[in-house]
Amino acid sequence: MNPQFPERIMQTDSRPLSPHLQIYKLQWTSALSILHRITGLVLSAGMLVVTVWLVALAGGAESFEHTRAVLAHPVIIVLLIGWTLALFYHLFNGIRHLIWDAGMMMDIPSARRSAWVVVGLAIVLTILVWGVLL
Amino acid sequence: MSQFRNPLHKAHHYGAAGSGVEHWWSQRFSAILLIPLVLWLVWAFTVLVGADHATATAWLAKPWNAGMAILFVVAAFYHGRLGVQVVIEDYIHHRLAEIGLQVLVSIVALAAGLASVLAILMIAFRG
Repeated sequence: MNPQFPERIMQTDSRPLSPHLQIYKLQWTSALSILHRITGLVLSAGMLVVTVWLVALAGGAESFEHTRAVLAHPVIIVLLIGWTLALFYHLFNGIRHLIWDAGMMMDIPSARRSAWVVVGLAIVLTILVWGVLL
Repeated sequence: MSQFRNPLHKAHHYGAAGSGVEHWWSQRFSAILLIPLVLWLVWAFTVLVGADHATATAWLAKPWNAGMAILFVVAAFYHGRLGVQVVIEDYIHHRLAEIGLQVLVSIVALAAGLASVLAILMIAFRG
């Protein structure tokens, strides 16, 4: 018996458990749901880069040039593009969640359609922004 | 008299009943606030990526941009902290590790948020 999961002790009858993640088939909707969390973590980590950039800018031309050189590295550029994609995804999927919170568009066809819209918008806008930047 | 009181009313301010929805609302409010701020950030991105020190400083020193930058940074670190907090609660099942991580995330979010705001203020007031 695992003391960290007291619900197992409390379960005295043989009621069915809801399927756990490991055996639940990954679907469009559930994949997007977990992606919302992953992109949230990515964005939080990236905010530290925003802080580094701001502090370097406030620190004067020399510290800023150094940071700018580091950020211009091809690997960092790829990470920044990924961060932008995460940003747009989290933005649009967040709006989708807010619409659900208001009790709207909760049926499965709408959820599937809005999933496509969110992913499509995120990809298109990332390409647009970096098309302007590069 | 007291036996006529609603059980929910009795439960208020005891355990989760006192603050259960506060976190949820804070997350939604900061999310709504971040919608226009992120759009501003994308615009800032197109101006600032690759810009030299003089250009970036002059742009960020404008009152409107400095104000939006401060709002964005505060809302983003606040919203980020709330989100990471829930992820830690959900996936870290070792109690001590969970508390340690929560403290660490709070400190990092607070420190980085403060550093960002101070940096923006320095840029705004020095021009």
